[in-house]
Amino acid sequence: MLFEDGNFGLFRDGFLRTVELSAASAVLALLLGTLLAAFRVSPVPVLRSFATVWVGVFRNTPLTLLFFAVTFGLPRVDVHLSAFVGAVLALGCYTASFVCEVVRSGINTVPVGQAEAARSLGMTFGQTLVQIVLPQAGRAVLGPMSSIFIALPRNSAIAGAFNVAELYSVQQTLSERGYAIFVLFFWVALAYLCISAAVGLAFRRLEHRPAVAR
Amino acid sequence: MPVRRPVRMPSRRPAAAALALLALTATAACGKSGSPSTGADSARSTGYTVKTDAKLDGSPTFAAAKARGKLVIGAKADQPGLGFEDITTNTRNGFDIEIARMVAADLGFSDSQIEWKTIDSANRETALAGGQIDYYVGTYSINDKRKAQVSFAGPYYLAGQDLLVRKDNTDITGPESTKGRKVCTVTGSTSVDTIRTYGADVTTFGSYSSCVDKLITKDVDAVTTDDAILKGYAAQNATQLKVVGKPFSTEKYGVGLNKDDKVLRAAIDDALKAHEDNGDWKSAYDRTLGTSGSAAPQPPALERY
Amino acid sequence: MTARASVLYDVPGPRARARYRAFGVLGAAGIAALLWYVYAQLAEHGQFSAQMWAPFEYTAVQQLILNGVRDTLTAFGLAALLSLVLGALLAAGRLSDHRPVRWAASAVVEFFRAMPLLIMIFALYQAVFSSQPLWALVLGLGLYNGSVQAEIIRSGVNAVPRGQSEAAYALGLRKTQVMATVLVPQAVRAMLPAMIGQLVVTLKDTSLGFVITYTELLYAGKLIAGNTSTPQGYPYIPVVLVIAPIYIALCLALTALARWIESRGRRGANRRTPAPA
Repeated sequence: MLFEDGNFGLFRDGFLRTVELSAASAVLALLLGTLLAAFRVSPVPVLRSFATVWVGVFRNTPLTLLFFAVTFGLPRVDVHLSAFVGAVLALGCYTASFVCEVVRSGINTVPVGQAEAARSLGMTFGQTLVQIVLPQAGRAVLGPMSSIFIALPRNSAIAGAFNVAELYSVQQTLSERGYAIFVLFFWVALAYLCISAAVGLAFRRLEHRPAVAR
Repeated sequence: MPVRRPVRMPSRRPAAAALALLALTATAACGKSGSPSTGADSARSTGYTVKTDAKLDGSPTFAAAKARGKLVIGAKADQPGLGFEDITTNTRNGFDIEIARMVAADLGFSDSQIEWKTIDSANRETALAGGQIDYYVGTYSINDKRKAQVSFAGPYYLAGQDLLVRKDNTDITGPESTKGRKVCTVTGSTSVDTIRTYGADVTTFGSYSSCVDKLITKDVDAVTTDDAILKGYAAQNATQLKVVGKPFSTEKYGVGLNKDDKVLRAAIDDALKAHEDNGDWKSAYDRTLGTSGSAAPQPPALERY
Repeated sequence: MTARASVLYDVPGPRARARYRAFGVLGAAGIAALLWYVYAQLAEHGQFSAQMWAPFEYTAVQQLILNGVRDTLTAFGLAALLSLVLGALLAAGRLSDHRPVRWAASAVVEFFRAMPLLIMIFALYQAVFSSQPLWALVLGLGLYNGSVQAEIIRSGVNAVPRGQSEAAYALGLRKTQVMATVLVPQAVRAMLPAMIGQLVVTLKDTSLGFVITYTELLYAGKLIAGNTSTPQGYPYIPVVLVIAPIYIALCLALTALARWIESRGRRGANRRTPAPA
């Protein structure tokens, strides 16, 4: 099935699109999520509440509804994005709220004494953050972070229902051409398993890197 | 030992506020009833004479429908003039809906015994093959590929693929001029393959209303599908949209049903024939598709097989 | 948090307080400007016109939304039940002493954790449950979330201090007894927040039912938006502004319920065993 009628080309393009979409959204989610986490732990109450509301809204809204808002809502106010950029925006904002919570709780796992010791040694805020807090928080964050980024590629399938030509939409196209659903399902499943295995492997290597012992 | 603070995310207060909001939504169920657009109800006929003695020996679909006392009909919900669900009155109207009601009456089911199910284009074959619905009336073009999965009674109407554009558009005059332009159509419809052959940049969504929305917000340049469907949208958005008016294919609308139920197929063909002959077909057309001013065509010849 | 020292910053002095206040004012102004801009854009494009919001005045439309909520909750209830049962079974499998059982359970968990729910639900609908989209949705949700719940339970069991199981074995309990009476109760208590988090995900994912003709809340929203035409086009933004708060409210209610259960559980635990120092 996969190697007939140029199906392979279609399938490969869909696979690459899924990877591309996941990677772009991951970068956006990481940046935005870290920024939000910084807001959530900041000493300024306004910023804290902003981040809290953001997380409350995006964590509790279905991703599909976000896709709806981006695809049909934004053009109403004259914001015209390509389907791909819209999908990155929806996926990124959604995932960022999860990243924010993980980073925040990671920072909270670092004992206060660590930072106090650093400050009493005369370290500045930046030094304390970069050399003391983040390396320790990083270890606590890796586990939950890997779940988030394994979930991201599978969440990206929703974009297929909103006109991004990724794996799910390839499956739909081929299914319309009359191929058996089980055969299609097998190949698509294999592709997603590869992606999630790759992400899992990357995180495992990060975890095993010699880092600060606790 | 690191001190682990419990992760406490949203505080109790927003949750309470949210509950209050939900309660408000639930209790706010007081409001207007009826339809804002006067005249929509006139699109529906008062009803067709129900044949009480209908008997279809050897039709599993009919036997199952009789046993449950309800006929489950699949239809579209977002096509004005053809298959439209008026959400403010919770009723359906349109030419396809009238056809479905005529057939139901001849099978011995009154309006109150019909259960409507909205099925998108992409799910029609699945819903029919799996028995989710008894038959489907919703701009369903008869073709050989689909005949491999389902069977068709009819055709009951002839349509042709056409283009819907914004009113100020002058450069899209036919399928040839869509080359390289953004054209929207629906996943799983026959229009997808046809328009691709003209070199258009095709966008697909699950329903036509999504496409029409994208046309209004200028994210696409045209919407393509059968003229009957497009006319309904053009009438609904008369100030903004128009139909190009040069059909470039012939689509035969049939009543879709389970592939193996030959008895039901013959019965639906008989029903269509009877209502075409007694004038119900024409009056249904005049009340729905014909309101835009086009005269009723001759119903197409049935293709029994 | 403001007055206390935290990991990141010390108790602020007078200058830091002044600086925080300045940031606060700037931040508030920025957020207010942003909100105003969004509001102005929406208003300018006629999103607050009466016609855009008119459909919500009709009882039939309100009924449509309520039915959507009901169907969403039905699917969620069934899927939550299935995912918890399946999660417990798979976790037991992954903690089994028999290697084949462990491998089989791991394979199932890894597979369903990696598969997009949308694709699974669609395949289940097309291949098995064509006449009953509800069951395709419930089974898809149950399989995926069950696998995740299994992982949560397993990591919870593994996190219970080893002394607990050693003491239980020393008392002569069998493995099943150790699991059921010592490890799992402690694991569930520790993992409750994560399990609830996953239940919230389950609730949100019911919205995928719209691809397989299941008439849940998002489907109702789509229908309302697509079948109301106004001079400004279809009311997608009003629909999102109505539907999203309902989802958020449902999820927050679920979280609040979970927290209440958790607090009761913690009280009970404290009564039985003195809190560790």
